[in-house]
Amino acid sequence: MNSRVSAIASNTFREAVRDRVLYNLIGFAVLMAGAAILVGQISVDIEKLVVINLGLTAVSLFGVIIAIFIGIGLVSKEIDKRTLYTVLSRPVQRWEFILGKFFGLAGTLVVNTICMAAGVFLAMLYVTHKLQPSDASVLAALYFIVLQFLIVTSLALLFSSFSSPLLSAVFAFAVFVIGSFSGDLREFAGAQSGASHWVAMAAARIIPNFSGLNVISMVAHGEPVAANLIFANTAYTFFYAAMVLCAAVLIFERRNLK
Amino acid sequence: MKPSRSVTLIASCLLVACFAVSAMLSRAVNGLRPRAAIEDVLYLKSAKTLRWLSLGYTGLMADIYWTRAVQYFGANHFVGAAHFDQLAPLLDITTDLDPKLTVAYQYGASFLSPPPPSGAGLPDQAVAIVEKGIRANPDDWHLYQCLGFIHYLDRKDYAAAHQAFLRGSAIPHAHDSLKLLAGRMAEKSGDIETARIIWMSTYDTTNSSAIKENAATHLVSIQAMEDIAGLEKIVDLYRTQTGHLPASFRDMALANLLPGIPLDPYQEPYVLNSDGHVQVRHPEKYKFLERVNPDGSTPAPSAK
Repeated sequence: MNSRVSAIASNTFREAVRDRVLYNLIGFAVLMAGAAILVGQISVDIEKLVVINLGLTAVSLFGVIIAIFIGIGLVSKEIDKRTLYTVLSRPVQRWEFILGKFFGLAGTLVVNTICMAAGVFLAMLYVTHKLQPSDASVLAALYFIVLQFLIVTSLALLFSSFSSPLLSAVFAFAVFVIGSFSGDLREFAGAQSGASHWVAMAAARIIPNFSGLNVISMVAHGEPVAANLIFANTAYTFFYAAMVLCAAVLIFERRNLK
Repeated sequence: MKPSRSVTLIASCLLVACFAVSAMLSRAVNGLRPRAAIEDVLYLKSAKTLRWLSLGYTGLMADIYWTRAVQYFGANHFVGAAHFDQLAPLLDITTDLDPKLTVAYQYGASFLSPPPPSGAGLPDQAVAIVEKGIRANPDDWHLYQCLGFIHYLDRKDYAAAHQAFLRGSAIPHAHDSLKLLAGRMAEKSGDIETARIIWMSTYDTTNSSAIKENAATHLVSIQAMEDIAGLEKIVDLYRTQTGHLPASFRDMALANLLPGIPLDPYQEPYVLNSDGHVQVRHPEKYKFLERVNPDGSTPAPSAK
């Protein structure tokens, strides 16, 4: 990463922290502590399952919400505050600005996820008193959640590069919801024939495959995550996020900022 | 601007007062609302819809529905309800959302199967939910054990119980007791020894403290039932030898028929009635105590 991109990234990270984004960790800590203590009293034999399911779902949803609501403002806020002109008047390319913003928010989300992961493991330790080797698969699920954030962040940036914050939020959230059902869409495409098959298949390929990144139920039951799935998801996220960032750069390069 | 002290004080007092009033009103509203009207409603009956609404986070949704099933059963069981209409649908939705949630099949069946007030009295639906669990988790021998118990304890279908235990015993790493139980079902299904093996097997194989405790209570009751049957036989022997019933266990000990005053599993002396029947001193401690027939069988194996 060049120094200009990293400077923008570190400033984005600092700004997110200054905006009290990490305060969500308090809510998360309360949620995990409550789940760990209460579930044993209101349910039967699913304490660990709930801690993993609830913990990972909360990590994912908190992060997606942060990615969308911070991501949509990354470009528009700079334009509104006119700080973008100061940045671009220096020897900074527009693509560097987009990349810096992406890495800054991604870094914020990674730090946030690491803190939440510690909370999930502490809650697991509280309810089981001892971690098992199979619990390592929770780390794989957390890694997939981070991959999910990278895609959502890139999408929020893409929409932010040409649309208003409100519309960007709507678009990003809609794509997140549709992407969560990409597996169903592929099944639907498989059941169709002719033109509808190709249309559904094309839609399934274009929208992000968030269902492939969701292994929460699997790891909650102690099932291992295959190494080739980890590799495939990593490669998929890299190429998908890169594709979306390229689109964001292309749009932003052509955007009239006057 | 510095905040006014009087405004801060008044606002704080008002906040607390309003909170107290709203909490009281909320309680009053709950009291006025018909209890069953809300609890006996399945908000969403379709697991497919729930799957969509959960955005793919089906594991958490299944946990929520399982907790709802537990709460539904617990609340109705607590008030001694005779009908548990929503229990089977709740379990069905839970297991549709997470087919690997084996606890929902096992405990769910134990809620569904026993007759009221212990359970919903729906053994056929219990069998259906466990069979569904077996289809989704064919390598989990606990589910076959659970199925065998339902057939044995509540349906009294010993042939089906034999089949369930036999199928379970064929699974790699299945507990040895399944083979034993399959054999017992084929030979002598209704006797006290089979009941002992059933509950011993449950005690040995469960990880749940609640089920372990229940199995231990059953085993204690079975031990007392056997003791009582044995002591009553000795009472008969005493009567045959002396021509009258013993007044106490001491009389039987003096006649060299007992080594001393017999103690129950809780180390309390058994009580000898004037009619020659023996009973435990504190029957409330033995939830599952039944009389044993002379052939060693119990009137009905208890599934509670």
